[in-house]
Amino acid sequence: MATATLSTVQLAPGQAAWRRFRRHRLALAGAVIILVLVLGSAFGPYLLPFDDTYIDIMKRFAPPLSGAHILGTDELGRDVLARLMMGGRVSLSIGIVAMVMAMAVGIVVGAFAGFYGGVVGAVLMRLVDAVLCFPTIFLLLALAALTEPGLVTTTVLIAATAWMAVARVVAAQVRSLREREFAVAALAFGSSNLRIMFRELVPNAIAPIVVAATLNVAKAILLESYVSYLGYGIQPPAASWGNMLNNAQIYLTSAPWLAIAPGLAITLAVTSFNFLGDGLRDALDPRMNIP
Amino acid sequence: MARYVVNRLAQAIMLLVIVSAIGFAILHLAPGGPLSQFAASAQMTQEDLDRVTKQLGLDRPLPVQYLDWFGRMLKGDWGKSYRDGEAVLAVISSHLGATLELMATATIIAVLLGCWIGILGALRRYSLFDTLATVGAMIALSIPTFWFGLVTIYVFSVKLGWLPAGNRQTVGDGSFLDLLHHLIAPAMVLALVETAMWGRFMRSSMLEVINQDYIRTARAKGIPEWRILTVHALRNALLPMITVAGLQFPTLLGGALVAETVFTWPGMGRLFLDSIGYRDYPVVMGILMFSATMVLIGSLLADILYAVVDPRIRVG
Repeated sequence: MATATLSTVQLAPGQAAWRRFRRHRLALAGAVIILVLVLGSAFGPYLLPFDDTYIDIMKRFAPPLSGAHILGTDELGRDVLARLMMGGRVSLSIGIVAMVMAMAVGIVVGAFAGFYGGVVGAVLMRLVDAVLCFPTIFLLLALAALTEPGLVTTTVLIAATAWMAVARVVAAQVRSLREREFAVAALAFGSSNLRIMFRELVPNAIAPIVVAATLNVAKAILLESYVSYLGYGIQPPAASWGNMLNNAQIYLTSAPWLAIAPGLAITLAVTSFNFLGDGLRDALDPRMNIP
Repeated sequence: MARYVVNRLAQAIMLLVIVSAIGFAILHLAPGGPLSQFAASAQMTQEDLDRVTKQLGLDRPLPVQYLDWFGRMLKGDWGKSYRDGEAVLAVISSHLGATLELMATATIIAVLLGCWIGILGALRRYSLFDTLATVGAMIALSIPTFWFGLVTIYVFSVKLGWLPAGNRQTVGDGSFLDLLHHLIAPAMVLALVETAMWGRFMRSSMLEVINQDYIRTARAKGIPEWRILTVHALRNALLPMITVAGLQFPTLLGGALVAETVFTWPGMGRLFLDSIGYRDYPVVMGILMFSATMVLIGSLLADILYAVVDPRIRVG
């Protein structure tokens, strides 16, 4: 009996986190849904007999389940399911790649701001505050209007408008970790500032960083849908979940299914990443509580 | 108190300088710079372009141009629209009313509904209502606003025929009821995300307060529960919501842009998008700067107001 008690006490941090995460059913469901969406977008198109850009004027506006087209066809007779899957590749990739970029910028800015404090820290954090003054969609659209739209531009611009929250989180973490013994010890060993920042401090702040990264994917997918819906993101004929809704409003009366499928896909993906982030927050650091 | 306000004001002015520098940088990032519109015209020769560049002072060093631009901005000279030559600030203010109307209505709905849901959720923590509210809020935060707008139009305009599918009023009818009828759907759509946010913040604020010692003391003194909740808990839990109002402002503005687009609401967001379509950079930049300044002032006011009602803030 004594060993049983001991074994629960001596649970490795990873195991304890996994236990807490498992209890969070919605986060688990989110992870599963994300997996399904990723696999569906990656391999789904190979299983379909339709190409996402193949135009078939004779079969325009076929309603869902009316024939070979499971989710129907759009205004050019293209298969909606095929476009949904190809759009998923684009939207999910943008979400993840933009997150990686935003994390990179956010971590570097946050680490420098938190580590150096003083003038450097103040200037960097004021920069973060200043960028945060611009409502994201306004900033994103203004930048998108000035540049040539496309996959790369859209991804970079989304990252450019989404790194600030990460920088704040990392700066706060680094600021408090900097005073801890292991950081002071590293300094005493003669480690360089850069080494302490990125080999000692940032890895120790990994829990909030992972949470921020997950929520950042959700935000990036949402932003992609906004710019593409408004016509300044991914350009047709390539599909993205956002630009599939481009013309949906015009055909709302005659072909509502064109609006339903992509919208549900976005909502499902964003909700899943948000729940996953929530679950990770509870699992990795129960004390953290950022609403 | 005065010191706090002065400090906060100085910070805000510094931020405004950085914000304007970012705005200026974006303007010069445009392909062809601020002259791109003219450069695109086939009727302009390189000679003409050089002359206009000189006339507008665009050949001067960037810092000089920036100071000049910033100075004129402070004086209210925000340039002229490429489209019709009207002053940018006049164009913006003619669209501001519709946006403020939408934002104010959505905020009232969101504050009332969100606070109610949040308080009830905190008082009955982990109840079915609380769980549904928490999950619902997360989903609400994940739905793209424009798509929720499309769904609303489909259900309430196309299927049920209860609400108009867009615009601020019926042509030839400007009565209060007509305006209200048009306001319902876009305000509802804009309020969704806001309600979710207010609900989440209210819930956590209320939870924090009801676990405080002074609430236990009040209970021990035998004060009736409703009085503890309204007088002791609610008053203290509502205070931080002032900060939320400030924090929420950028999201609210962004949401308004999207709602205005879907519902062809003649506001600032719609103007912004139209101006992007016309490559009307002065107006685009004007609205960008205007919204950032609004956000800045909003958070400044929220902080000062919070310090007024909660003396603990001023000390720290």
